[in-house]
Amino acid sequence: MRLPILATLAITTLPAMAEQPDPMDWPAVLAEAEGQTVYWHAWGGSTTTNDFIAWIGERAAEQGVTLEHVKLADTADAVGLVLSERQAGKDTGGSVDMIWINGANFASMKEQDLLFGPFAEALPNWQYVDVEGKTVTTDFTVPTEGYESPWAMAQVVFIHDSDRVDTPPTSAPALLDWAQAHPGRFTFPQPPDFLGTTFLKQMLIDLVEDPVVLQSPVGEDYAEVSAPLWDFMDALTPVLWRQGRAYPQTGPRQLQLMNDGEVDIAISFSPGEATAAIANYELPSTARTYVLDKGTLGNASFVAIPYNANAAAGAMVVADIILSPEAQLRAQTPDILGYGTVLDMDKLPEADRAAFEALDLGVATLSPAELGQAQAEPHPTWAERLAADWVARYGVAN
Amino acid sequence: MLRPLPLLTVLVLAGPVLIGIAGTVLPAIGLGPVGQGLGLGPFHQVLDWPGLPRATAVSVLSGVLSTLGALGVAALILAGWQGTATFRALERLLSPLLAVPHAAAALGLAFVIAPSGWIARLPAQALGWSVPPDLLILQDPWGLSLTAGLIAKELPFLLLMMLAALGQVEHRRRMAITRSLGHGRVAGWMKTVFPGVYAQVRLPVMVVLVYGMTNVDVATILGPNTPPTLSVQVTRWMLDPDLALRSVAAAGALVQVAAVAMTLALWVGAERLCAALGRAWIWSGRGLPETTLRALGVSLAGLSALALLAGLAALALWSLAAGWRFPDLAPEALTLRSWSRFGPEMIAVAGTTLAIAATATLLSLILVIGCLEAEHRFGLTVGQRALWFLYLPLLVPQVAFLPGLLLPAWLGVGPGTGVVIAGHVVFVLPYVFLSLSGPYRAWDTRIARVAAGLGATPDRILWRLRLPMLLAPVLTACAIGVAVSVGQYLPTLLLGAGRVSTLATEAVALAAGGNRRAIGVWGVGQSLAALMPFVLALAIPALVFRNRKAMVRD
Repeated sequence: MRLPILATLAITTLPAMAEQPDPMDWPAVLAEAEGQTVYWHAWGGSTTTNDFIAWIGERAAEQGVTLEHVKLADTADAVGLVLSERQAGKDTGGSVDMIWINGANFASMKEQDLLFGPFAEALPNWQYVDVEGKTVTTDFTVPTEGYESPWAMAQVVFIHDSDRVDTPPTSAPALLDWAQAHPGRFTFPQPPDFLGTTFLKQMLIDLVEDPVVLQSPVGEDYAEVSAPLWDFMDALTPVLWRQGRAYPQTGPRQLQLMNDGEVDIAISFSPGEATAAIANYELPSTARTYVLDKGTLGNASFVAIPYNANAAAGAMVVADIILSPEAQLRAQTPDILGYGTVLDMDKLPEADRAAFEALDLGVATLSPAELGQAQAEPHPTWAERLAADWVARYGVAN
Repeated sequence: MLRPLPLLTVLVLAGPVLIGIAGTVLPAIGLGPVGQGLGLGPFHQVLDWPGLPRATAVSVLSGVLSTLGALGVAALILAGWQGTATFRALERLLSPLLAVPHAAAALGLAFVIAPSGWIARLPAQALGWSVPPDLLILQDPWGLSLTAGLIAKELPFLLLMMLAALGQVEHRRRMAITRSLGHGRVAGWMKTVFPGVYAQVRLPVMVVLVYGMTNVDVATILGPNTPPTLSVQVTRWMLDPDLALRSVAAAGALVQVAAVAMTLALWVGAERLCAALGRAWIWSGRGLPETTLRALGVSLAGLSALALLAGLAALALWSLAAGWRFPDLAPEALTLRSWSRFGPEMIAVAGTTLAIAATATLLSLILVIGCLEAEHRFGLTVGQRALWFLYLPLLVPQVAFLPGLLLPAWLGVGPGTGVVIAGHVVFVLPYVFLSLSGPYRAWDTRIARVAAGLGATPDRILWRLRLPMLLAPVLTACAIGVAVSVGQYLPTLLLGAGRVSTLATEAVALAAGGNRRAIGVWGVGQSLAALMPFVLALAIPALVFRNRKAMVRD
């Protein structure tokens, strides 16, 4: 097990690794981390996430690590920063120590050797991670190979205002029928926003005969495979909110539209988001969630460490804290974050497992059984291609 | 001591812009680590983008229309109402709005004019609508709501700049003469005062024009998205996870520069045309529909002030709101929860923001007064052509040179507060210069000659006569400097590598999330931080000159 990892390490990142800590020697990591300041670049658009990261900071301080949350408007900012530092020859002492990342950003950084690692499987709390049942070792079909550590599971749910929608539409064709019967009452975040792109992927998976084709990179048959989606979108767009001439730019703004009574159905990538939003007055108390008949997309959020991180040891300590049962339980608590845990209940100590089971998921959150098995994310090239294609078709006025 | 300052100032302003543009041109022609080799590939990709014609058109249109609108309303107000109680009321209403950061103003305005916003809630209440009308008001494809938002936000800026310039054109004597010749108030002002005032505020007007065409924050909130304006699209390319798009972003930024340059050239041409037409009009002796124009001026200015104020009130109310749904005019209950949740962090960040702003403004003020004094004592003018360098940072779109400006990495200086302050100076200094140079140069030098004749040294004249007499414009310049610094987003983010949090970076990051309560708390905080210096700038001269009425500008 260790030999291949070390071999990868030697081949891919040895020059830059000269001064970086060895993840296998955890006591040395802990010693080095003491007194370090970790700059965690993470999307800052959600106040509940920001509060959670601040709490992680308090735990890190107990181990002598200072955690600073660098709030991003877009994760690509951090990727760009690491890239520009490499361009400038800054191969050590970089300004980014850790990034909340997944999907295309991870694929891009991994492909360009911008990541430190592998480190994830060396973290002490890795022992509790649900490696078999959850997609924590692949990220949008790209193998993580220990270059990022999971911290939360996400799954697509649709939020509806149960006051206005009696029977929510649970398939793509049903959604189209509903939208045609209720023009102007549905929209989605504008692609290439990740949630809007997710909506496109979700509809394609629902419409395509066999979603397995989406697991390989986009090929020659793209036009043929995606044709049902564009037929669907051609019919849906004119009956969208504002006739599809304007879109909310992000998921939270879409929820704001729902709270303003402008739309009745919204997409979310977090099963607990609706419950948390109701508690924060951001959604009406009549908001509820549902999934599609064929199931919905799921993926994991990760943290990764750039190759030139100034505090790689401290970042590993923080990544380990995030994986601790205590932090994972807090993340899953509905009025705190409501994120799905990445841990395997069967691997946890008895007391921790009981605490998870005692969690009341909240009024608008589906149980794991109701959520069902998550559908696999398509290869990142699909997201890119679908978003670009959508922009060309609907994102530029004629 | 004074002699090197003009050259240093030019370097401070032009250096970063030139280095930054070089850093943008290289990837745009396919060079550098993300490039695919020398070639025009990135430009072809920009030209192939189907949204380009519309995006460019909306950028130019919203810039030109908002500048014309703000300039026109400011002129109408000054022409029709200066010296009246109405004018003083409007001035008091509009001046503080200058300080309101663009993002906060736009977010507040969005809530007022949206179909589910405050205005629409009035008929909804009366007629019992349960859902808002599905109307495309915000983010309309031609950027009209963006233009309206920009007019409302730029009007206070131009009005303040024109007021500061008024003192230099002897407007009272000119008006006395035109009135005695039987001209109407508006026509007389337009004929005799406006040309002189415009000559003094020409560069601020161009800065407004460039800002209107290239801003990212207001355009994101109020502007269209199908497609967005060019600067917003360039920013998106820049932030795309596909790193190869960075060279496309660089090429797009240069297309933006070309569009801005062409528009500025057309503007200068239009100035000549207007001057010729204006002269013909002056000689013709014809008047203007006085009553209509006076009514138009006061209602447009009043409306724009009211819209911004209502937006700010909305932000404040959201920061205190419990549940608040359509079509309620007010929240169901008020709570301090949002303030206890976001307030402490906001106040801590406000401290950093003001420290950065104060330092950057002080540095700028030293350079500007140094330059102006060197000009006065040694005739060391930077020259008309070199003067354009001073305005480079404001006239070159930020997206065109900031991404190329990886100054910290190049110089081996770590990103941090120091570099951010230096970066802010680049943007604060021109505003301080723009606002101070006119009054400074127009100061009556005969006073200096008399003082010198009585044996005073140049330094004594500067410290004991010139600066005290110019206290009001100096403080106004400081207030503008602080407000500019408080509003800086892109420079803070890039030069601080995201580690330096200011009210601007936090507010824009939160705007992405759309949590109105958090936006309310941060928006109120940012507005107050920028507002305080203006209160001081108005209060201090009034206090110091309380026994010298003629020193207080009217």
